[in-house]
Amino acid sequence: MYQGIRISGFGGQGVISAGILLAQAGLLENKNVSWFPAYGAEMRGGTANCSVVIASEEVSSPVVSRPDTVIVMNEPSLAKFEPLVKPGGLLIINSSLVNSKPKRTDIKVAYVPCNKIAEEIGTTKIANMVALGAYAGLTGALSVDTIAKALGKVFKRAKPEMLELNVKALKRGAEIKI
Amino acid sequence: MGEKILMKGNEALAEGAVLAGCRFFSGYPITPQNEVPEYMSWRLPEAGGTFIQAESEVSAINMLYGAAATGIRTMTSSSSPGISLKQEGISYCAGADLPIFFANVVRGGPGLGNIAASQGDYNQSVKGGGHGDYHTIVLAPNSVDEMGNFPKKCYELAEKYRMPAMILADGILGQMMEPVEFKFQPVDPANLKKPDWSLGNAAGRKKRIVRSYDLREGELEKMNWARAKKFQEIEDREVQFEEKNINDAQLVLVAYGTSSRIAAAAMKMARDKGIKVGLFRPITLWPFPKKQLAKLAQRVKNFLVVEMSQGQFVDDVRLAIGGTAQVDLYARPAGIPSGEEVFAVVEKLYQSIKPAKAVKKVEKVKPAKKAKSPKKAKPTRKLKPVKKKTVKIKTAKKATRKGGRR
Repeated sequence: MYQGIRISGFGGQGVISAGILLAQAGLLENKNVSWFPAYGAEMRGGTANCSVVIASEEVSSPVVSRPDTVIVMNEPSLAKFEPLVKPGGLLIINSSLVNSKPKRTDIKVAYVPCNKIAEEIGTTKIANMVALGAYAGLTGALSVDTIAKALGKVFKRAKPEMLELNVKALKRGAEIKI
Repeated sequence: MGEKILMKGNEALAEGAVLAGCRFFSGYPITPQNEVPEYMSWRLPEAGGTFIQAESEVSAINMLYGAAATGIRTMTSSSSPGISLKQEGISYCAGADLPIFFANVVRGGPGLGNIAASQGDYNQSVKGGGHGDYHTIVLAPNSVDEMGNFPKKCYELAEKYRMPAMILADGILGQMMEPVEFKFQPVDPANLKKPDWSLGNAAGRKKRIVRSYDLREGELEKMNWARAKKFQEIEDREVQFEEKNINDAQLVLVAYGTSSRIAAAAMKMARDKGIKVGLFRPITLWPFPKKQLAKLAQRVKNFLVVEMSQGQFVDDVRLAIGGTAQVDLYARPAGIPSGEEVFAVVEKLYQSIKPAKAVKKVEKVKPAKKAKSPKKAKPTRKLKPVKKKTVKIKTAKKATRKGGRR
């Protein structure tokens, strides 16, 4: 099993922490994992992205240049990362903020209104968790329960009620079907 | 011990040093190694140690010079431009035979360069670095796990031979997260024997002096000969390297650090297609695994070096192999190659070397193919870059023609 993932969006949307969460969840399932952020002049409102690898074998390169799955949380990320998806791979689009449609026909596309769902649950802060839930549900690479467990490990100081909202968002995301 | 923790490379490096008994850190911020001092700033006081954010790199390294003279385990870290500033002090520590430990999380250069990963500081690291006649022990991790476990090795080597030891990492290794398992019992500095040269309270013993100069006639040369002997001993005893899939390999990739991970990705793709590719990774860059590479070159006749610099590391590979095999280079100076990209080079190279057993035939066929410039004396072969960017392939003279590139 090998899953190379790229997550991209505005700084502040939680794409970096979503990546850490995926890696931590992979580790909890005894997989080999790596996480690598774009650490240029990133800032709130600018774009940020990270690479995550979850694999049963040794992770060779931590830089994912041909991802199996790409999660785009904002408009500029679509143009940048759509071409990278492996043929037959999965593109998860935050349709609340991304209006354009991907041009490729050789990949699977999931439109997930992350911000809208997050708002329904209580706060747009957890839009990233909706996307992660969708990832878990659509690929089956990780279980939502493991990601929920990883939440406590990554966000050690988070309030329990906030963690609960995150779990809710994960579960709603996991219900998404293509 | 025993548990796998998800950590950033820089954090693993810092924690690894603390667990190995480091109780003094002085440094100055620079991307992409900032997590090291950040981590040390709370972790060292917690462990009963001292963290100082100095006013400059020069100041930081000289604080280390002083602290190391008392015989404790010390550390500083920086990234390329900052390490350049520290080189004077590192040379002084080498001159004073002090076992300091430092890490360079390399970024793009020269100058301020950029903050992305690079391997451009190879020569600086393995050829001494500062002024004067000396070496630094250089360990090159290629995973966060090794980032966490190598500081202890560095302290042990540095103390055994009384000289500076360093970790040569890069922006990717510093910034990435991976599971790390600290595979040793935490070292309690109280249990470490104070060396017989260390400074401190001199009551009741003869005075000791730690210095990096000796003006007496002929004494410095004696000292340098003693060091040269020590360096030879290290080259004989302390080489570390890793080999993968080399038993049946017809082409061996040679790479260290992050490049070795990328080369491993390319190797996997090649193996999936039945292409017999292996990987040789030096873990110690100084001492360099010369003998091991030379031995490998008795059987394998084609090597491809992958490095994120213009062609620094390749020089040492060619020196070791000494013209007995062909050594090609895939270089990305201030660029990060992808596994696919390296694989494309491997595939192309492999096709061209396949009939290598019938060497004479190849010699005849080659010039005929190159109809463009038949007059050229040197059989330089250019592989087209996979990306349009700054990709260069340099080709050494054919193995059949004796003599290396120099």
